[in-house]
Amino acid sequence: MEKRVTFKGWLLPLLLITPQVVVTAVFFFWPAGQAIYQSAFIPDPFGLKSQFVGWGNFQFIFTDPYYLASFKTTAIFSLSVTIVSMGVALWLALMADRIIKGAATYRTLLIWPYAVAPAIAGVLWLFMFNPRIGVVSWYLDKIGYDWNHVLNSNEAMLLVVLASAWSRISYNFLFFLAGLQSIPKSLVEAAAMDGAGFWYRFRTIVFPLLSPTTFFLLVVNIVYAFFETFGVIHTITAGGPQQATNIMVYKVYSDGFVGQDLGSSAAQSVVLLFVVGLLTILQFRYIEKKVHY
Amino acid sequence: MKIKSVLTALILSLGLTGNSYAATEIQWWHAFTGRLGELLDEQVEKFNSSQSDYKVVATHKGNYSETLNSGIAAFRAEEQPHLLMVFEVGTATMMAAKGAIKPVYEVMAEGDAAFDSDAYLGAVKGYYTTPEGQMLSLPYNSSTPVIYVNRDAFTAAGVDPDTDISTWENLDGVLGKLKEGGSECPLVTAWQSWVHLENLSAYHNVAFATKDNGFAALDTELAFNSELQVKHLDAMSQWAKDGKFIYTGRRNEGGANFRAGECALMTESSAGYAGVKKEAQFEFDIRPLPYWKSAEGAPQNTIIGGSSLWVMSGHESEEYKGVAELLSFLSTSDIQAKWHQDTGYLPITMAAYEQTKAEGFYEKNPGTDIAIIQMTGKAPTGNSKGLRLGSFDQIRGLIDEELEGIWSGDKTAQEAMDSAVERGNKLLRRFEQANR
Repeated sequence: MEKRVTFKGWLLPLLLITPQVVVTAVFFFWPAGQAIYQSAFIPDPFGLKSQFVGWGNFQFIFTDPYYLASFKTTAIFSLSVTIVSMGVALWLALMADRIIKGAATYRTLLIWPYAVAPAIAGVLWLFMFNPRIGVVSWYLDKIGYDWNHVLNSNEAMLLVVLASAWSRISYNFLFFLAGLQSIPKSLVEAAAMDGAGFWYRFRTIVFPLLSPTTFFLLVVNIVYAFFETFGVIHTITAGGPQQATNIMVYKVYSDGFVGQDLGSSAAQSVVLLFVVGLLTILQFRYIEKKVHY
Repeated sequence: MKIKSVLTALILSLGLTGNSYAATEIQWWHAFTGRLGELLDEQVEKFNSSQSDYKVVATHKGNYSETLNSGIAAFRAEEQPHLLMVFEVGTATMMAAKGAIKPVYEVMAEGDAAFDSDAYLGAVKGYYTTPEGQMLSLPYNSSTPVIYVNRDAFTAAGVDPDTDISTWENLDGVLGKLKEGGSECPLVTAWQSWVHLENLSAYHNVAFATKDNGFAALDTELAFNSELQVKHLDAMSQWAKDGKFIYTGRRNEGGANFRAGECALMTESSAGYAGVKKEAQFEFDIRPLPYWKSAEGAPQNTIIGGSSLWVMSGHESEEYKGVAELLSFLSTSDIQAKWHQDTGYLPITMAAYEQTKAEGFYEKNPGTDIAIIQMTGKAPTGNSKGLRLGSFDQIRGLIDEELEGIWSGDKTAQEAMDSAVERGNKLLRRFEQANR
């Protein structure tokens, strides 16, 4: 017997997918098409005239060492944000799953940071770490560490990673907690009776059963790190110092909307489009195979 | 009861909008907040109450870059304001956008407004006029860098506050003494590229870029990696290493440290005066920007920073008449003299300068005329007229990056400037291509 649901006519299915197709066309295909078209021109900022340059914009960005460096920056940044935010969230979820007293309070408090917009999160962290007036940098100074993310690239990177990861922990926590709670207690208890310790149970039962959640979060977090962290970068470092925190999406913005170089900006967004597409394909082809549904 | 009050409100609001439609509205987008924003609103208020044909609506659109970008985006969406405030860095971009702007000299001629472009200070006007002497945008706020001295900090460090710091050679020794005397922050700066590269070059009559810093042609190339600039940055990098120069950020972040009394010296725009005067709990004075004694012909003159008002194209001629009236109102010496005295920006007309002098303002506020003397002391040369470079906002950004490389010790001054010149030239070529 055929297991798939099939439709008799074609009108109803067409009608059902139309909204999705329209939304995708208006918000994805149209702008993406525009970006590809514009990447072949160098327009003046006001849109009064533009010069056709073919591959010129791509040639320009790929000979720019700072653009090439932004690939590495993006990779380091996205990986760090994903690992930190997922790792901390998983740990918190494991702990929250085990407590009995006041569990609801803990959970509510842990979810709160999700309500903070990335730009606000950026400003909060900036205040704490401001080299001259920040609370944290003041204490660091007390113990003899001279914090200055305005000049020090590594410190700047650390700060934007922390701020971005922090505002993502709640979201990940929610999903991990839900995932943990859907794991049958009987399985875990049976293992415990067989003498398996906490970490052994985690490694062999909990983590594998959690893998669909983990995979979903991995994809979503990488996309988050690529795009939504814009607000954090914008408020904390604006891509500096020396472009050490200039991730690809921020460079698209700063070259296009601050520098008024719309041709280069369009070319960069086309490249970004391909990078993200490639990443998603890779994730679904290779990592998803290891996921147990 | 409820319906009645809603109806009353409706009728009232109809009446109100009816009134405002009687006057032609003029949109003015600007980048000022805080005290400057208040003073600008005051000017608008004065203009609106001085006549009934036009109503100027001033809107704050973010910082300088954001204001320019909103203007550009609005033009693309055909919703541009009548007047757009553009900082000096965006001048070349606006000049190249011939179809998007309506030159001020044209607006003034068509509007029959009293307008004499010779009334403006040459050093200010030169920045915004064509080689033929036609004024394209109206200078609004212009300043030039000077050095602020915290006299109390000097005394605390055991240094005579009246020590001669007119040259960088002298200042070098003074910074050493301040440091030895226990100062945690001998020197701080705002707008590093503007003060320590752009103005440094003009002040020593050295090219920042070829072709008269871009005034003569679009195919200009950057030239600020020459001996003088590298020597200056080498000295500064040594000061940074020794803790004599403290780097605080790309914009005017350092102003907060100076006003709080932490720093002994600050190089900053003359327009920083209003803030320092208001907040400083210490004795301070203003001195001319130091120069290198060893450089021949120094000091030349410094150049301006600030903004001008551009008239955007695509509006009704009736509205342009109002714009012309507003612009002549803004140039009257009463308005200009008050602006100059309140803010520390330069008086942009000779009349406003004379008026301020006659009122005895400079005697009561020593140091406030230093900026104007420093700018107009010598007739400007091709290297000191100003800068007219495309994509300059971006070029400044990459200069900032390279300078940060020097302060952190990653690069030598020569390496950093060579790299800045090379990267900047690429942007200039793209700008040239876009505006061919």
